[in-house]
Amino acid sequence: MDVIFVVEQLLNGLGQGLMLFLLAAGLTLVFGIMDTMNLAHGSLYMAGAYIAARAHQVGGNFVGAVLLAMAATALVAFIVELLVVRRLYRRDHLAQVIATFGLILIADDAVKAIWGPSPILAPTPAALAGPVQLLVELPYPAYRLVLLGVGLLVAVGLYLLVNHTRVGMLVRAGASNRAMAEFMGVRVDRVFSFVFALGAALAALAGALMGPISAVQIGMGEAILIPALVVIVIGGIGSVRGAFVAALLVGLVDTAGRAFLPPVLRAVLPPALAADLGPALAGIAVYALMAAVLIFKPAGLFPARA
Amino acid sequence: MASHSTPSRAARVLPWALLLALASFPLIAPGFGLGYYVGFVRHALIVMIAATSLNFILGYGGMAALGQAGFIGVGAYTVVALVDAGFTSAWGAWAAAVAVAAAVAAAIGAVSLRTRGVYFLMITLAFSQMLHHLAVSLRIWGGDDGYGLHAPLELGIGLGGAQGRGLYWAVLGIAALLFAFLNRLAVSRFGYALRGIRDNETRMAALGYPVYRIKLAAFVGAGAMAGLAGALLACHHKFVSPSLMHWTESATLLVIVVIGGLGRRWGAPLGAALWLTLTEILKLHTDYWHWPLGLLLILIVFLAPEGMAALFEGRRRSA
Repeated sequence: MDVIFVVEQLLNGLGQGLMLFLLAAGLTLVFGIMDTMNLAHGSLYMAGAYIAARAHQVGGNFVGAVLLAMAATALVAFIVELLVVRRLYRRDHLAQVIATFGLILIADDAVKAIWGPSPILAPTPAALAGPVQLLVELPYPAYRLVLLGVGLLVAVGLYLLVNHTRVGMLVRAGASNRAMAEFMGVRVDRVFSFVFALGAALAALAGALMGPISAVQIGMGEAILIPALVVIVIGGIGSVRGAFVAALLVGLVDTAGRAFLPPVLRAVLPPALAADLGPALAGIAVYALMAAVLIFKPAGLFPARA
Repeated sequence: MASHSTPSRAARVLPWALLLALASFPLIAPGFGLGYYVGFVRHALIVMIAATSLNFILGYGGMAALGQAGFIGVGAYTVVALVDAGFTSAWGAWAAAVAVAAAVAAAIGAVSLRTRGVYFLMITLAFSQMLHHLAVSLRIWGGDDGYGLHAPLELGIGLGGAQGRGLYWAVLGIAALLFAFLNRLAVSRFGYALRGIRDNETRMAALGYPVYRIKLAAFVGAGAMAGLAGALLACHHKFVSPSLMHWTESATLLVIVVIGGLGRRWGAPLGAALWLTLTEILKLHTDYWHWPLGLLLILIVFLAPEGMAALFEGRRRSA
């Protein structure tokens, strides 16, 4: 295990963490402001991946395809919010879980009807297909670098939006005390519609960017939803800053677990046991992290509500 | 407060009539060419056991757990481990599954019950995901590919191997006994204390009830019951794989309990029967069988928030 390998894995972990952040940012705001658990957030990620992959194949323009995916997904989310999610704000979490689980079932069948049951190919844009020589001995895929760049850019943009604009102030007011914000004259439901669509666009962005390096298939939303929920719970529900820190933490722990645990175990345990135990521990690492955080900080690392 | 009016004669006779009908079903069904549905009903009964376990902690105890599939998996893999080691008694394997699932539930519950609400939901989910990952990487029992149970376990007492009708009657007996037991438990001192905690935890603690221990006892009992359902499921499918423990399985159980009716006696059986029958019918007619179910869930949340059982039991406040 040399330094180059470690740096490469850390970069991978960072990239994965930033993509998780794109998903978790929308989820945590929806959860924080309206106290609404939206399981269907993963379906928006899936929608973004499918739309971008098909648009890229047909149109040949990657940036255009990603923007189209974001816009289309935000539009779908806006309609879904109007028809279903808006009616769930005042209900308990269980009702929200059941109804949004229903949305997942509908979304999966809709994707199957439109694009077929088998996974589709999301091409890597030709200009970014090769590696970039980061250091003399460290070639790194250009596409993954773009991922890192976009992720950081969005994180900074979101930070500015939430902390230094009027809209952001309303969002924060809604997240920390919705009733008080309403008494002060904030139209929290409008703020929420905006946040919901924004969250959907970010989820679609994550899906569109992850498409070329993961499988674009039905069920990808359900698979990514759980890590995203883990992130917002670790970070503290409603806190964008918490989601950012937790997303990087989860990305790094997950990648480090997969990359470094197996060799370490092979060095100290019999090979057969190490081969079984390595992947198990790597898969468990993230959940163990969350359980540990919840035991010591039951409201997450950065509780949004005092 | 729930009013305990004397049940009408119909309400007293109905469970026995239902039990008789279910018990005679495997004898009658083949005559009508419905032999296939014996397996279907057997599966539904097992799902009902799992759903009843969740209804107990969620409906009566107010604990929204999203990890019940983890305990189902623990029970199923206990059977796999015993079969792999050459064990042949079905009852022994099922008892072992109950014990192992209870032990795992005790460990998970002891940690999880320190959190509340959504955090409880998430931490139970996290633990069941850990169990899922563990099952995927245990290659001695097939890992991701699963493990086939080729020779059925022995039921004894004149029922032969744990398959076909013998397994059906064993499952029916277990389901009926557990159902009756939990209904008794719900109106016992323990059951009332549990409901008291659901409605006002602080007050129950002030009254001197050991809140944490009562919740933990209920959680462990439900985990053991789910483990039993998993062990029966292993014998039913003759196959066990980590997909049993996927989080969508836990979510499906939640769905079944909620559409049936939370904290209602007939909630879990009604929910399981409705959900599985609809799934079966829709699968028969179309490849796109998810979306009608999704639509149904949304409609139930908006139009029948207290579940199907509420429609039958009248509009009294949930017990």
